[in-house]
Amino acid sequence: MSAVASPVLGGLGPAPADAYLSVRDLQVHFPTDDGLVRSVDGLSFDLARGKTLGIVGESGSGKSVTSLSIMGLHAKGTATIGGSIRLDGEELVGASSEHVRALRGKKMAMIFQDPLSAMHPFYTVGHQIIEAYRIHNKVSTKAAREHAIDMLARVGIPQAAQRVDDYPHQFSGGMRQRAMIAMALSCDPDLLIADEPTTALDVTVQAQILDLIRDLQRDFNAAVIIITHDLGVVAELADDILVMYAGRGVEYASATEVFEAPQHPYAWGLLASMPRMDRVRAERLRPIPGQPPSLIQVPPGCPFHPRCPYAATVGSACRTVRPPFALDTSGHYLACHLPPADRAQVWETEIKAML
Amino acid sequence: MSTSTTPDTGSDLLVVRDLTKHFPIRKGLLQRQVGAVQAVDDVTFSVRRGETLSLVGESGCGKTTTGRMITRLIEPTGGQVLLDGRDITHLSAGKLRPLRRDVQMIFQDPYGSLNPRHTVGTIVGTPYRLQKIATPNGVKRAVQDTLELVGLSPEHYNRYPHEFSGGQRQRIGIARALALKPKLIVADEPVSALDVSIQAQVINLLEDLQSELGLTYVMIAHDLSVVRHVSDRVAVMYLGKVVELTDRDALYERPMHPYTIALLSAVPIPDTKRRTDRDQIRLTGDVPSPVNPPPGCRFSTRCWKAQEVCRTDVPPLVDLTPGHQVACHFPENVDAVTTTVV
Repeated sequence: MSAVASPVLGGLGPAPADAYLSVRDLQVHFPTDDGLVRSVDGLSFDLARGKTLGIVGESGSGKSVTSLSIMGLHAKGTATIGGSIRLDGEELVGASSEHVRALRGKKMAMIFQDPLSAMHPFYTVGHQIIEAYRIHNKVSTKAAREHAIDMLARVGIPQAAQRVDDYPHQFSGGMRQRAMIAMALSCDPDLLIADEPTTALDVTVQAQILDLIRDLQRDFNAAVIIITHDLGVVAELADDILVMYAGRGVEYASATEVFEAPQHPYAWGLLASMPRMDRVRAERLRPIPGQPPSLIQVPPGCPFHPRCPYAATVGSACRTVRPPFALDTSGHYLACHLPPADRAQVWETEIKAML
Repeated sequence: MSTSTTPDTGSDLLVVRDLTKHFPIRKGLLQRQVGAVQAVDDVTFSVRRGETLSLVGESGCGKTTTGRMITRLIEPTGGQVLLDGRDITHLSAGKLRPLRRDVQMIFQDPYGSLNPRHTVGTIVGTPYRLQKIATPNGVKRAVQDTLELVGLSPEHYNRYPHEFSGGQRQRIGIARALALKPKLIVADEPVSALDVSIQAQVINLLEDLQSELGLTYVMIAHDLSVVRHVSDRVAVMYLGKVVELTDRDALYERPMHPYTIALLSAVPIPDTKRRTDRDQIRLTGDVPSPVNPPPGCRFSTRCWKAQEVCRTDVPPLVDLTPGHQVACHFPENVDAVTTTVV
C-alpha cells in the first residue's frame, strides 16, 4: 500500500559508502486493542561518522520510536518492525536480541531525555558507569573506576573522584544529564543517539550540554542522532535534518537548506509558528491549524493534508495518494504533492518573507 | 468595590512589596527548625491593568512560588500582596473566597491539573457553583459559552479530560480560569508542555482573550522567545531575587544584568548561519542552593564581572534608566558615566 516509491529503498537510493548507519523503509507498528498504531511508517535516512543528524517533529511523530528500534529496545513481542536498519554494514532488523545487546554500549549508545528515570536510583553513578564499561572491556574494577572518574571529569563534573560514589539523587539535573552522557560515552560508541537530551534542562545548562556533545563528537568522531522538538537545538548541532510527521519523513536535507529554503508545507508551518528572538517581534504567531493525527487512523493520502493550507490547490491527490518520499528538484528529499514550480512560487511570495 | 488604602496603586492592579517565602527545614524529634529554603526573598514589583508581566528564570529561581503567593496558594513569610489596593497577604480563607473570582490560575501540566474523573462540564462549571454565581440560562449554558470562547466545542461538555489532546486540555484549564471573569490571571508555564504548532495556538488564544476581556496576566515562563512574544514587561529572577525588571524591548535590546545577558545568549537560535559568529557567554557550574545562598549578590559565584563588593554587599534593585530596574554593582549597557565607578 505504501509502495509508491521503491518499496525496498523507501525513496532513498542505496546507502552511500561512508554511511555508518543506514535506515531504509523502517516500519514500527504496535498492535493494540484499539487498532494498529503505525508509529513509524516507511522512514529512510543515512548517517556517516563524524556527522550529526537532527530528527525534528512534534510529539507522536515517531522520533523516539525510531531511536528505540535502532537500539533494539522495544520489548519483545510488542512491536512489529519491518524494513532495514544497517549499522556498520550489519542488519539489525531481525538480529537476535543477544547480538544487539553486544552492540549496545560499544557500537551504539543512547542519551535519554529524563536522567532521573534513566539512571538506577539504587546504585551509585560510578557503579553504573563501571558496569557498562566492564561488560565491553576486560579490565579490573579498579581500572574501570579510574575510567569512570575520567569520564565524569571529561563531562565537567566537579570533584569527579568524590562524586563518583554519589547516588543519582545527589546530583542536580544538569549534572545527572552529564553523568548519563559520561555513561553513554564510556565505551567510545560509534553511534550516539541523544533523545531530547536537553528538554528537561534550563537554557544555560542546555548550552553547556550542547557544547559538550559537540566537543565529544569531534574527539570521538562519532555519528550522532539528535532528536528534539526544539528547532534551535538542531540548528546549533545538526549537519542534516529529517523532519518527521505522523511516523514518516516529510523533508530531509542539510540543516542549512532546511532552515534557509524549506520546501515542505509542514516545515514552513513549524518554522512560522515559533516565536523567534532573532527576528522582529511578530504581532501574532501563525500556528499550524488543527492537531497532529492519531497514529491509529492516519489520514489517507498525505497525513498532513487536513492541516495543509495548500492541499486544496493540488486537488484530490493529497487526500488519496500517499506522496512518495523522493529526491526533489530542490535537492531535498520530500514527500509532497505540490508541484515544484508552485512550491517555489509559494516559497518566494508567501513564506520567505514570513520566516 | 475595593476600598483603596494606598494612593499609589491607581493604574496598578497588583502590587507586590518585599514578598518573601522561606520554607522551613525541620529536623529531629521536636521538629526544630534548622534552616530555611529561601525560595523568594524581598521581591517587589507591580502589574498594571491590562498588561502582561512575565517572571522568567531558571528552575528554582522562585518564579512559581511567587506566582503561588500572589494567588495565595502559598502563605507568604513576609511582605505584602495588594490587589486593587487591598492587602490580601494574610486574608483568611473565608475572606479570600470572594477575591478568588478576581484572581485565577492556569497551570503548566494539562494532564495533572484536570480531575480525570470529572467531565469538562463539571470542571468548568465548578467555579460557578462554588461562587454561587447567578447564571441566567443555567450553568450548563454558561459553561458552553466559555468553552466556545476558548475555541472548544459546546458538545465537549460531557467528555472527560483523557479524550482530549494536550492543547485542548490546556484550553479546558483556560476555560476554568476564565469562568468567573477574573481580572488577573497567573499563568504558570501555560504552553511549555505543548508542541510548537499547538503552543502558537494557545499563545494567540491568550492574547485574544486579553484584548477581548481586558485581562491582566502574570506569566511565569522559562522560554525566552515565548516571553518576548507575550510580555509587556519582564522580571528576571535568580535564586529568589528579581535581578532585572523592565520593558520587553529594553530587556531584549539592552539587557543590563550579567545574568540576563548570559540567559539571553544561551538561547539556541534556529539559524544555521548564526552557529559560528555568536559570542555566547557560557555560565559554568550550577545555581547555588537556596538553603544557603551566597552573601552579597546571589549571582556573584557564577558572574564573570564579580568583584569583592559583589561577595559582601547585596546590590539593591534600582532604576538605572527610567523604568529599567537592575540589581547589580557592575551593570552592562549603561552609559559610561555610571559604570566607571569602581
